[in-house]
Amino acid sequence: MSRTDEVLPLAAGIVDDGLPLISARGVHKIYQVGEQSVRALEDVSFAIQAGEYVAIMGPSGSGKSTMMNLIGALDQPTAGELRIAGRDITHLPSDVLARLRNRTIGFVFQQFNLLPRTTALRQVMLPLMYAKPRPAKPDAMARVRLQQLGLGDRLDHGPQQLSGGQQQRVAIARALVNNPQILLADEPTGALDSKTSDAIMQVFADLNGQGMTIVLVTHEADVARHARRRIQVRDGRIVEDVLQGQHQLAGGRSAYVDARP
Amino acid sequence: MTVLDFIEIAGRAIVTNALRSALTTLGIVIGVASVIVMGAVGAGARSEVDRQISNLGTDVLVVNPSARLYGGRSSGAGTNLPLSEVDLAAIESKVPGVMAISGQLWASATVVRGKANTWTRIWGVHEQYLELRNWSVASGRPFTAEDNAVGRRVALMGQSVVKVLFGDADPVGQTFRARNMPFTVIGVLSAKGRSLSGDDHDDSILVPMSTARRYLIGWRQVINNQVGQISVKFEEGSDLALMQGEVEQVLRESRRVPPGDDDTFNVGNLTEAIKARTAAQATLSWLLGATAAISLIVGGIGIMNIMLVSVTERTREVGLRKALGASGSDIARQFLIEAVTLCMLGGLAGVAVGIGAAYLMVSLAEWPIVIAPEMALLALAAAAGTGVLFGFLPARRAAQLNPIDALRSE
Repeated sequence: MSRTDEVLPLAAGIVDDGLPLISARGVHKIYQVGEQSVRALEDVSFAIQAGEYVAIMGPSGSGKSTMMNLIGALDQPTAGELRIAGRDITHLPSDVLARLRNRTIGFVFQQFNLLPRTTALRQVMLPLMYAKPRPAKPDAMARVRLQQLGLGDRLDHGPQQLSGGQQQRVAIARALVNNPQILLADEPTGALDSKTSDAIMQVFADLNGQGMTIVLVTHEADVARHARRRIQVRDGRIVEDVLQGQHQLAGGRSAYVDARP
Repeated sequence: MTVLDFIEIAGRAIVTNALRSALTTLGIVIGVASVIVMGAVGAGARSEVDRQISNLGTDVLVVNPSARLYGGRSSGAGTNLPLSEVDLAAIESKVPGVMAISGQLWASATVVRGKANTWTRIWGVHEQYLELRNWSVASGRPFTAEDNAVGRRVALMGQSVVKVLFGDADPVGQTFRARNMPFTVIGVLSAKGRSLSGDDHDDSILVPMSTARRYLIGWRQVINNQVGQISVKFEEGSDLALMQGEVEQVLRESRRVPPGDDDTFNVGNLTEAIKARTAAQATLSWLLGATAAISLIVGGIGIMNIMLVSVTERTREVGLRKALGASGSDIARQFLIEAVTLCMLGGLAGVAVGIGAAYLMVSLAEWPIVIAPEMALLALAAAAGTGVLFGFLPARRAAQLNPIDALRSE
């Protein structure tokens, strides 16, 4: 049975070999916009261990979206080394990146990004359909994930029949269905009211409690507060990298920044 | 993703934009329909030619008097001395392998029975004529040698004439009048249909050769034993070119053509004349084929256009699919299969429209058509090929979309 064939509990299948799940060393990202080159990231280094809950914070234009694209293997660094689950993605061809995204990363977006006129069950099956090898019973796997997110009675509902919170739960189920190692959320509560936001943040907290590595990209301090570690980005550089709440160390500096070579 | 998954996605996308999809495939529908009609008309014409050839009988040579030259000027076909019973007898006795032989004289005449009358062709023929033309008597009896020898006013009647003169009544044993003389119907010919030029074979009456000479054609006789055109049927698979030489040799002797002089007759092969016609029909087929190709190309461009629109509209979807792990080739396949599915749906509609149009042509224009299943398959294959060809560019564009830009697009 292949890895994706099993219906695993949330956040299972994570291998903690002590190496960072995500590590960036001297990463630069320069976009060429016409004649101008925009330095989106400059000499960024960080490491995220399996099981962490990290918020990447910063105002718009700070480079946090670029960081999220890189961590999500949607983009590649211009210079430096970026390893995801042990693989340096800097020079990988696009179809290998696609496979990496499929197996390793679960995406949650601000606008949910559900397909129109498609049932919840089919939305969640989508990553399994692109998996190679394709699991034998994608519908059963998708159903279990939806049930785990409290949507067992919404399997046949399209996005237009679901509330915002329900849509985001479908998106989370979709992100989790392939048992990824990283859950990458981009402003996941940006389109939700505060009550629903709290519920979604509780889902993330529960997932992290079960061992899922979560990287949250946001510009809202309220949302970032839920994470255990906060990386502050400004003008393409990391200006702060701290543990928060009960995990906070004396001095507020994260051990990970100090640990870099 | 399996092909079936992609087809399902394509189906959903097409249904979502049902009207747009239908309008887009119109070019393909027309293209495929014209392929079907082209094939039906072409095959119909071919089968009609085959029927003609078998009507005339294969392995048949036809002899006519040739044009006579007056001072180097041609006086027109058949102006030479007519062919006679002597010529016919010479061929029959001296040329080997003759299965059937008959002369053919004709006259147009009004035939009357009571108040009913019609203008038809009356043919004077020998007894073997029916065998020669693969024709038969549906009821009654054929001519005998005695009918011809005595010159009896007996007739075999084609079914179209029967219908006019006798309606549903049995004409055998009844009489009709032609040139103010009574003739007795001794048999009804089996139905033979139309010739390529549209002549109704069933609109004719056969009488014995000597009867025709005596009562119908007498006023334009040059010699008293003329037989008009001579048709000779040989054993199946005979070498007609060789037989033609034999016939020519025998006729030169019987007509006393001095050595070195031109023949006073023509020996022809009807089958070849009809085959030459097929070539003309092939040209028509090519023309229709070109029309079909053009509409398929134009239709394909329409498909490409709408697929490009579709890719642009669904940029965000492409970005999402890529984020979830779709590779460039997954995306390309999705759009390619959508284009092909669109074309195949258009193709199926085109097959239906084409078959409908072909049947309409049958009922309106009485054109012979044959709908070959392989033509429908060919048309569908052409539609699918159009989809692949014109879906390629939009599919490649979709595959090359940057997932980040695609996700960010509105």
